[in-house]
Amino acid sequence: MSGARAPLARFWADFRESKVAVVALSVVVALVLLAILAPLIAPQDPYDLAGLSLLDARRPPGHVGTGGYVHWLGTDAQGRDLLSAILYGVQISIQIGLMAGGLALTVGATLGVMAAYAGGVVETLIMRIVDLQLSFPAILLALVLVALLGQGKGQLVTALVAAQYAYFARTAYGAATAERRKDYIEAATATPLSRGRVVFRHLLPNCMPPLIVVATVQIANSIALEATLSFLGLGLPVTEPSLGMLISNGFVYMKSGRYWISVYPGIALIILIVAINLVGDQIRDQFNPRLRR
Amino acid sequence: MSGYVIQRCLQAIVVMFVMSVIVFVGVYAIGNPMEVLIPLDATQDVREFIIARFGLDRPLWEQYLVFLGNVAQGDFGRSFVYSTPVLDLILSRLPATLELTLAAVLGATLIGVPLGIWAGYKPDAVSSQTIMGLSILGFSVPTFWVGLILILTFAVSLGWLPAQGRGPTVEVFGIQWSIFSIEGLSHLLLPAVNLALFKLAMMIRLARAGTREVMLTDTIKFARAAGLSEREIVRHHVLKLIAVPIVTVFGLELGSTLAFAVVTETIFSWPGVGKLIIDSITTLDRSVMVAYLILVALLFVTINLVIDLTYAALDPRIARRGTK
Repeated sequence: MSGARAPLARFWADFRESKVAVVALSVVVALVLLAILAPLIAPQDPYDLAGLSLLDARRPPGHVGTGGYVHWLGTDAQGRDLLSAILYGVQISIQIGLMAGGLALTVGATLGVMAAYAGGVVETLIMRIVDLQLSFPAILLALVLVALLGQGKGQLVTALVAAQYAYFARTAYGAATAERRKDYIEAATATPLSRGRVVFRHLLPNCMPPLIVVATVQIANSIALEATLSFLGLGLPVTEPSLGMLISNGFVYMKSGRYWISVYPGIALIILIVAINLVGDQIRDQFNPRLRR
Repeated sequence: MSGYVIQRCLQAIVVMFVMSVIVFVGVYAIGNPMEVLIPLDATQDVREFIIARFGLDRPLWEQYLVFLGNVAQGDFGRSFVYSTPVLDLILSRLPATLELTLAAVLGATLIGVPLGIWAGYKPDAVSSQTIMGLSILGFSVPTFWVGLILILTFAVSLGWLPAQGRGPTVEVFGIQWSIFSIEGLSHLLLPAVNLALFKLAMMIRLARAGTREVMLTDTIKFARAAGLSEREIVRHHVLKLIAVPIVTVFGLELGSTLAFAVVTETIFSWPGVGKLIIDSITTLDRSVMVAYLILVALLFVTINLVIDLTYAALDPRIARRGTK
């Protein structure tokens, strides 16, 4: 694996050149850590209904609640500490993003590479479906699927994967059609290696760079989509308060000036999504050979 | 070429059939509309009357065939909730969505393309970096969140603009429009800006990427060597060379924005088609859902078909490869 280290080191050296990207990456890492550590650092367990007091409901930021500690970001309509709710919300959002992004990558890349390698009817069938789906807005597809499948984490992830795998399939297909014409694939096909081995051990790894770019963007997209669906009331069940649901719950109170219930979860969501996208942007520029001069 | 056209048209028809089956079965597999439609204290006679009236007692495949036959005659059935023909219902909501979509996509293109060309022309300038930073923001920030911030800022805090509904409409050609009155325009502004931001970011990126690539080509080198001014180069050569993808995306976006307006319409209570579909999902108004989805599918299949055929007309190699 020593051969793999050199390109990685070069990649990191290029990445470090962009200060914005480095800051964005640190923010992503920090948010992931905060999300993982949420149960340890959050002042309150937002799931524990017994720990909530209506006396604390809708208090502005800085209020000292019945628990005896400061609610730095205020409380929501149930008297929940918003900071704690946001930490747990970030955890749920990242979880959904990684699950949906990872599954969509697996399904999409497999289909795309298969289409490129097999050709013929398989290629036409897979790519026509993918192209048709790409012309549909992902939000609409996810919306319809959630409406059809019902509410729940599994259903939501299924809908997100179904709405997003096509991007990966398209990208993998494009990369794989270019790669399979190269000599090393022909050489590998000529050896007694099985087709599956050629496809997954030789073809697929060389299609990874563009797929990584799409994956970063799609993780951010999954998080945004989930938040949108939850905001529309079609996302996660009430027992899993994601950032979108926190924002949605606060929307009614916004018009009476209690902005913090919606605004702070929103800011957390935006920071998360923008940071991931900035990292993705830098990676995309680095992989784009046309910008390398 | 004609073989290619026939093949593509047949494909489009097959796709529409498959979509209609998926949509119909999918929608009719969820929930039970009888629970919504029939009051709990209804007598047996009323129950049976309602069930028979909407044809809910027949098997699913029969309901589908009846549905297909009716659709062929332009009849999408009646809304369970509004009790009016679904097509009329959707058509009555369409102008609201159309004017919102057009305002958003046109605005995004007219502002986004010049900004994008500038950012691609001078990629290292501070102004370009700022434009790109803003475009990443426009790309990343979910539409519903931008909507909330717009409402909080311009409607709640400043009180400058309304954030609910269409306002008064003016009748032109027998259709109600908001764009023909000042009051209506003020209602349109916030939702249109909300819907446009994402498209704006996309137009900026598209124009920038195109310009950056075009600027490195020999065309531009020769134009410079020929002594053309930078202004002329940008206006005559760059704009022309990046026009094709921009026009394509403009057409595609017009279609997708129609569907994308769901979120914006919900936040701003804009009485368009998007709000209708969200409402019909929550009230399990199946015939509206089915009609909406099939019309949207038809819209996209048609757009795809037109694009495919246009490309084939422009580049004969596509048609030859396609029929092989």
